[in-house]
Amino acid sequence: MKRFLVLLVSVLALSLGIAGCGRRSGSLTVVGSTSVQPFMEMLAEKYQSENPDIQVNVQGGGSSAGVKSAIDGIADLGMASREIKDSELAEGITPIVIARDGIAVAVHPENAVSDLTIEEIRAIFAGEITSWEAIGGVGDIVVVMREEGSGTRGAFEEIVMNKVETTKDSIVQGSTGAVMSAIAGEPNAIGYISLANANATVKLLDVNGVETTNENILNGSYAIARPFSVCTKGDATGLAKDFIDFIMGEVGQQVLADEGLVVGK
Amino acid sequence: MKKNSVETPSTHTIHKDPGARKEKTIHIVLLLAATVSLLALFLITAFVVGEGWPVMVKHGPLNLILGTDWTPSRLSFGMLPQLTGTLLVTLGALLIAVPLGVGCAIFLAELSSEKVANLLRPCISLLAAVPSVVYGFLGVIALVPLLRSTFGGSGYSLLAGSIVLAIMILPSIINISEDTLRALPIDYREASLALGSTRWQTIWRVLLPAARPGIVVSIILAMGRAIGETMAVMMVTGNRAKVTGALLDPGATMAGTIGLEWSYAADEHSSALFALGTFLFIVIMLLNGVAQLVTSRGRVSQ
Repeated sequence: MKRFLVLLVSVLALSLGIAGCGRRSGSLTVVGSTSVQPFMEMLAEKYQSENPDIQVNVQGGGSSAGVKSAIDGIADLGMASREIKDSELAEGITPIVIARDGIAVAVHPENAVSDLTIEEIRAIFAGEITSWEAIGGVGDIVVVMREEGSGTRGAFEEIVMNKVETTKDSIVQGSTGAVMSAIAGEPNAIGYISLANANATVKLLDVNGVETTNENILNGSYAIARPFSVCTKGDATGLAKDFIDFIMGEVGQQVLADEGLVVGK
Repeated sequence: MKKNSVETPSTHTIHKDPGARKEKTIHIVLLLAATVSLLALFLITAFVVGEGWPVMVKHGPLNLILGTDWTPSRLSFGMLPQLTGTLLVTLGALLIAVPLGVGCAIFLAELSSEKVANLLRPCISLLAAVPSVVYGFLGVIALVPLLRSTFGGSGYSLLAGSIVLAIMILPSIINISEDTLRALPIDYREASLALGSTRWQTIWRVLLPAARPGIVVSIILAMGRAIGETMAVMMVTGNRAKVTGALLDPGATMAGTIGLEWSYAADEHSSALFALGTFLFIVIMLLNGVAQLVTSRGRVSQ
C-alpha cells in the first residue's frame, strides 16, 4: 500500500513536471520601501493572476533595506521611494523608475500667494510662519494636514519636512477630499494633497517657481515628488525581467496610474 | 416492567400536549438568543482589551490618560487631548440639547394639542433616522462656515461638534422625557391645579420633579450616544490632538481619533487606538450603569 502511494505520488509529480514545462514558474522576492509596498502588492496580484505558477512575495523594510537586499542577493528586486545613491549605484545596482509620487500644496483660490519655496512650506507646516503677511498674503494661516499614518502625510514629511516636526496647531482631515473641502471653504487655509486627486476647488501653489504638473514631476523639476523604483543587481534577467516588463507594460502602468501615481517617460 | 409503567404516562402526556413542547422550544430558542448577544458582548470586550493590552502595559494606563502628546509616529500616545476633547464636545452638546429637549417634551406632553403633537412626533423620530454622515456633511457645508464668519478662526471646532451632536441626541431626550411625563398619574396635575397653582407652577414644581428619574435617564443615554459618535464629529471638529479648554478651538475626540486613524495604523499605533477604545468603552459602561441605577431607584421611590 505504502509503495503504491509512493509510486502514485512520483507519477503525479513527474506528469506535473512535464506539463509545467511550457509555463513560467518559480518565485520572486521583492523587498523594500513601505511606500511602494501597497502598489507592488497590487502589481504582484495582477501578475500572479496572469501567471498562476509564479509566486511573488512582497515585503517591507524600507528603501535602504530594499536596495541592500538586492545588492546582497537576498531579494530578486529591491523597492525604493527615493533617489538611488551613488554609493548604491557603485555596487552595481540598476534602478528602474516605475512611477512618480507627486504631492501638491493647495490653498484657497482667492489666496494672493501663488509661489512658495520649499523652505517656506516647511516653516509653515512646522508652525514657524503663522501669518500669510510674512509671505505676501493676508490673515493667519490655517494649516490642514492628513492624519497620522497616511501615506500622503508620510511622503510630505519625508520630502518637505526633513525631520522637522509638523505643528500640532492644525486641522486634521481623514482624506484628500476632506482636506480639499476644508481648504475650499477657508480663505486662509493651506494643505497638501496627492496631485492625482486635485480639482479646481483649490489653487495649487508653484514650488520653488515650478508649476505643479505631471510633466514637471516626470522631468524632476518639481520639488515635492519622489521616484518609486525597483532595482536589481546588474541587469534584470529571467523572472525578475519578466515582472519588470509587466510593470512597465500597459497593464502595470495603468494599475499605478489608477492609484494616483504619475507614470510615463 | 414496573419502571415502564411509571414512565409511560409521563412521556405520554408530553406527547399529547403539543403546547408544552412548543413552549419549551421557544424557551430554548430565546435563551439561545440571549446567550449569543451576551457572548458577543464578552467577545468584543475581550478583543478590544486584548488588542490594547500591549500599549497599556508598555506605557501604563495612567501615563496614557494623563499624557498630553499624541504623536503616533514617535510612539507617543498621550490621550488627554482626546479625553478633554470628548468631554468638552459632550458637555457642550448636553448644554444645548437638554433645555431644548426637555422643553420640547414638556410642550408635547403637557401643552400642545393632540393634533400638533401627532404631527411633531414623527418629525422628531425622523431626526433620529438621519445617518450621522449626513449630519457631518451638513456640519461641514453649513455650520463650519457659519461659525467661521461669526466667531473667526477656521470654524472647525469643538463647538461645531457640540451643535451637530446636540441635534443628533435631541430625539432620545425628547422621546424618553415625554414618555415619562405622560406616564405620570393625572391625579398629580388635578391635585396641583385644584390647590390653585397655575399650569406653569404645576409643570415646574410638581411634574418635572416627579419625572426626574426618567429625564435623567434620557440625558445619560444621550450622553452615551454623544461620547461614542464618530463620523459626524470627526468631520467637523478639526481633529487637532492638543489639549484645550476652549469650545471654539479645534479638537479631537476619542471615537473620532479611532475612526480617523485606524485605516493606516499598524503595530503599536493600532494597539494604542484599541487602548483608546477600551477607555471609551469603560466611560460608556459606567454611564449605562448610572442610568440603570437611576431607573431602579426611580421605580422604588414611586
